[in-house]
Amino acid sequence: MPDIVFQIAIIITKIVVLTFIVVLPLVPLSVYFERRFSAVIQDRVGPNRVGIPFTLLGFKKDFHFFGLIQPIADGLKLFLKEDFTPDHVRKVFYWMAPALTVVPALITVCVVPFGSPISIFGHSEKLVIADLDIGPLFIFSVASLSVYGITLAGWSSNSKFPFIGGVRSTAQMISYEIALGLSIIPVLMYYGDLNLSKIVQYQADNGWLIAPLWNEHGTIFSPAYWSTCGPQWLFWFPAAIAFLIFTISIFAETNRMPFDLPECETELVGGYHTEYSSMKFAMFFMGEYAAMVIGSALIITLFLGGWSMGFTLDAKIADWHIAGIGLAGLIHIGVFLTKLIGFILFFILVRWTVPRFRYDQLMKLGWVVFFEAALINVFLAALVVAAPQLGPVIIGLGAVLLAVVTVAVIWVAKVSEETPKVLRA
Amino acid sequence: MAVVKLQRPKLNFGEKIYFGALIKGFFLTMSHAVKSLRGKSVGAETLASSGLGVTMQFPEQRWDSHLPEYYRGAPALVTDEQGRERCVSCQLCEFICPPKAIKIKPSEIPSDDPWAKVEKRPLEFDIDMIRCIYCGMCEEVCPEQAIYLRKDYLITGLKRADMVHDKKRLYEIGGVRVGLVNKWNELK
Ligand code: SF4
Ligand code: SF4
Repeated sequence: MPDIVFQIAIIITKIVVLTFIVVLPLVPLSVYFERRFSAVIQDRVGPNRVGIPFTLLGFKKDFHFFGLIQPIADGLKLFLKEDFTPDHVRKVFYWMAPALTVVPALITVCVVPFGSPISIFGHSEKLVIADLDIGPLFIFSVASLSVYGITLAGWSSNSKFPFIGGVRSTAQMISYEIALGLSIIPVLMYYGDLNLSKIVQYQADNGWLIAPLWNEHGTIFSPAYWSTCGPQWLFWFPAAIAFLIFTISIFAETNRMPFDLPECETELVGGYHTEYSSMKFAMFFMGEYAAMVIGSALIITLFLGGWSMGFTLDAKIADWHIAGIGLAGLIHIGVFLTKLIGFILFFILVRWTVPRFRYDQLMKLGWVVFFEAALINVFLAALVVAAPQLGPVIIGLGAVLLAVVTVAVIWVAKVSEETPKVLRA
Repeated sequence: MAVVKLQRPKLNFGEKIYFGALIKGFFLTMSHAVKSLRGKSVGAETLASSGLGVTMQFPEQRWDSHLPEYYRGAPALVTDEQGRERCVSCQLCEFICPPKAIKIKPSEIPSDDPWAKVEKRPLEFDIDMIRCIYCGMCEEVCPEQAIYLRKDYLITGLKRADMVHDKKRLYEIGGVRVGLVNKWNELK
């Protein structure tokens, strides 16, 4: 009996620590980074003032701390604003929608491995809330629920701009989910596993998927690596294509800048959250950034080695201990968060670099380019993965078939994109 | 008017792929970011930047010494070298002021005053700085060259009443203008 209590206590601790101490603070942090980084890109300063006003307490200097407290001030402001519900909305859905965007994003946290198993006084504990064997599928299925939040927000607002925003978002998310799902099939084929913890462990031992600079025989500096790295590098090509498609689709899924048509200010005022105010608006905001954090976490986990440091260093630090607490787990959390913040910065850089697409371009990119590319990539990866077991004749046959299929798909895509003949000029 | 049909430019393969432009964009934004962190942004020097981007960080750094000659700050009344109020309360400025920021209550100068010949001076002269748009019309219209836009720009207050400059405050800001200042001439 005490064992079960102990188990439950551990699970609750993990939920509280990983969601509310590790992930949730990342949301305001990424808002802060967004504002500071965009400011720096545009030769501005950005919020650097909000701090602790020590001068009010009689001290000499205020404590600014680079304005890191700004997001809290923003949140407080939104919290104190009037929560206005317009008369013309459909109340139940209007109230449900913000929660429906935040909750899925936070639920997906539970399968992300934050670090290697941490050992405390001989008791080893995995740093993942739910060690599911269907990690990525779980994330996709839950994260795609957040489209309901946006759609319901658009529909229940009962006004034209949110409605268009909601419709756009539905179409966009459904289109890109296909590319998203198809693009990681090669990756899952390669790992032969859907458990994210095991995927990361595999990458720690055998090289990150898109930086296979080491394997179990050594790093690039040892000759043993060079004699065995062939298949790894061969798979690098489908992996890189998958990485590209997956990353861009994540951008589209999270409604980030080049694809933020559901809320594009220039056309739709505020998009689906036009009618929202106060904390409800903040929830949409939070949901968007939480989705961005989870998206980055997923990309890092699948392609960039998750918590692993790489270069076979992970195995070396595995049994460092201080006072009975394994250091490896803590270091790995640090590595993971560093990568996560790095990737979030990349998200922000993209937002301030790439101009928004037109809606038809977005749809074309999703359906005509990425869908086909991901599909072909699946066959390419299958060929690469299966190659060691096949004879040269069959490989050659497969390659020819692949080339034919590729040409056919490109031809179909081209034909479908041809502008219809103008009958009357 | 003739109809001009614009042809969309034909993009070559590289331009269609779009990645080249993306990479170029990343280099552009990143070079801005690096430059702005090092305080070397274009124009950082002329704009007296604080070392981050081109921005001057206000309460610590002031634009004061960089203000151009033609800067239009708070409007204020001036006295001449003999200490005479130049304003004769003709109310032209009150009339011209686009947002109706000026309120004047004229009064007669008593006959025993050394400046009795001037006949009129304002009893009250209020400029509501919440309304004032710093347009300079008052300065332009004043026949006595009694009102000038000075370089004060930090007009703050905790109440609306604080933001109304009365006559005393206006003369405080304005100070003394020496000599006949012809507004079409160089400032003297
Ligand atoms: S400031 Fe000039 S325009 Fe205004 S009332 Fe006085 S004299 Fe007339
Ligand atoms: S500067 Fe313009 S707005 Fe201000 S008091 Fe003079 S006339 Fe009125």
